[in-house]
Amino acid sequence: MNALVVSPILLPLLGAVLALAWRNSPASQARIALWTSAGVIVIGISLLAALGGHGLAITQLGGWPVPAGIALVSDGLSAALVTIAGLMIFTAVAYRRLSLRESDPGHCFHPLLLALLGGVCGAFLTADLFNLFVWFEVILISSFALLAMEGRSQQIRASVSYVLLNLIASALFLIGLGLVYGKAGTLAMADVGLIYQQASAAGNGGSLDLAFALLLVAFAIKAGAFPLYAWLPASYHTPSHAVSAVFAGLLTKVGVYALIRLTTQVAPGADWIREVLVVIGMLTMLMGVLGAACQSEVRRILSYHIISQIGYLIAGIAIGGPTAIAAVVFYLIHHIVVKTNLFLVGGIIDRHRGATLSRAAGLASWTLLTIAFLVPALSLAGIPPLSGFAAKLGIIHAAAGAERYGIVAVALITGLLTLYSMIKIYIAAFWTPPERVVRHRFGLIRTSPMLGLAALTVVMGLAAGPVANWSQSVGTLIHNVDAYRRLAQVETQIAEPTPPHDALVRSQP
Amino acid sequence: MIRSPIISTTLSWLSPVLITVALFLLLRGHHEPGGGFAGGLIAGLVVILEGSTRGVARARQILRLPPRLWMALGLGAALASGLPGLLSGQAFMTAAWFSIGTLKLGTPLLFDLGVFALVTGVTASLALPLMEDEP
Repeated sequence: MNALVVSPILLPLLGAVLALAWRNSPASQARIALWTSAGVIVIGISLLAALGGHGLAITQLGGWPVPAGIALVSDGLSAALVTIAGLMIFTAVAYRRLSLRESDPGHCFHPLLLALLGGVCGAFLTADLFNLFVWFEVILISSFALLAMEGRSQQIRASVSYVLLNLIASALFLIGLGLVYGKAGTLAMADVGLIYQQASAAGNGGSLDLAFALLLVAFAIKAGAFPLYAWLPASYHTPSHAVSAVFAGLLTKVGVYALIRLTTQVAPGADWIREVLVVIGMLTMLMGVLGAACQSEVRRILSYHIISQIGYLIAGIAIGGPTAIAAVVFYLIHHIVVKTNLFLVGGIIDRHRGATLSRAAGLASWTLLTIAFLVPALSLAGIPPLSGFAAKLGIIHAAAGAERYGIVAVALITGLLTLYSMIKIYIAAFWTPPERVVRHRFGLIRTSPMLGLAALTVVMGLAAGPVANWSQSVGTLIHNVDAYRRLAQVETQIAEPTPPHDALVRSQP
Repeated sequence: MIRSPIISTTLSWLSPVLITVALFLLLRGHHEPGGGFAGGLIAGLVVILEGSTRGVARARQILRLPPRLWMALGLGAALASGLPGLLSGQAFMTAAWFSIGTLKLGTPLLFDLGVFALVTGVTASLALPLMEDEP
């Protein structure tokens, strides 16, 4: 189990090393990237199979016990997200080779993509706040390099706003971590949660609340939440098509994942965070979808839709409780698959018809591509029987259950406007008859990366029952902070639960 | 490139001293402040100094391997240092130690060496292309 938990991080980084060493052969680099990400998928699936909805696995790096050392913990959510992250990188590499048929992407492309995968997996697996910060930095550096790599002036401008806002988030995160460590004496997530519960029961949780406010702002920037999402639409339409699909699928979701851990484990019972998130969630949904309505470029429309979808996720986190978090888990997985899929199709439209929608037309003659667009687009808008319907239903159901009718109303309006945007793209790029006849064909092999993800959406929609059952038990587990604490203690065979700062002092040389 | 005989002459003896300091920090880092990162930064500094006063070609000659290979070697060594623990059924990164006489060596040293090479490689690969573009 030890090896299984650490290998989703280890494997991509080793792959990056190999790809760096083979830097003169783009073909073998791509092969390394494919095999490595396939390996991550396999590891993720076996973790998922081993853990199910209730299981937890831990490894304490270097054998150092938790308050002093760093633990990697995998629950069902981490395992599922690791699997999906591997799948997205795999699809992006395959898409670049099969669908775009681009030649040499530069010898740093594949190593950076693998480093990004390693960083994302690290963020999903770590149970330590400072370690989470480190993985955020790994993700930031590799995504910055991927964004600016081709060096067009538009990309440089985009990467400046991207890095600037994300560095502000990192600084706030770091200051918050300093405060948490100063007050709680530990950075292990579940331990901080326990100390916070004790402190707020004694009526002096105030200084930890301040630290959590800083973490909240940092994670909200990373997630692309209102009003701090400006970096996202400024940058996502500029990099190469495969890269922007990976960004769309994975980057903001790491922020959302951190918000889930913050509200459930690090700051359990901090109701003010959830009250803030309710407002942020509703505004993010509305602003995102309204922003999309007034855009006219495919990838820009889709970028704004990422923001509105983040709003759903944040609203779900804000409602809180096992049912809502279960809905968020389902939504998160659905969203990563669908969003990456749409960006992949958007890349094809962009490539063959240019960025602006008014000049795109006649893609409906490519039947397979039309299917590969319509399935995720309708899923995004929440049309049954696709995965988006079950995902949206879960969030709305949880909101109604918690009597948050504002969220219900906003979620329904946003769903309708999402459908409008998707139809706008469909009519402009696919349905409108072309000015000139399309000569070359777009066959099964070229569309296969997109069709594969579309099939996953359909399967997830049809198997919504079992998936929802699984996410329900994951949602319950995530709220069980004690389970995460006991896990570390059992592993190190500490019979008596020791206060974390004592253990820290003893282990210092 | 700064063409100054004073800096150039000074560097011819300063560089070996700086490299020694870098290695000293690297070895000291296990118990005291220092380590592969700090050492690697100083070694990277030497590459930048040499590149900006005696030319990029000279800096690349000092490095011997291309910066990207240093990065690959460094990251590889750092990751490899975690494997003995993993392969012996313990947690990843669990230290393994062995002794040659009174000298105690272990995987943490390999990790630090890896970080040293990685940081030097990254610094060089960031700085050298910028200096090459100068007219």
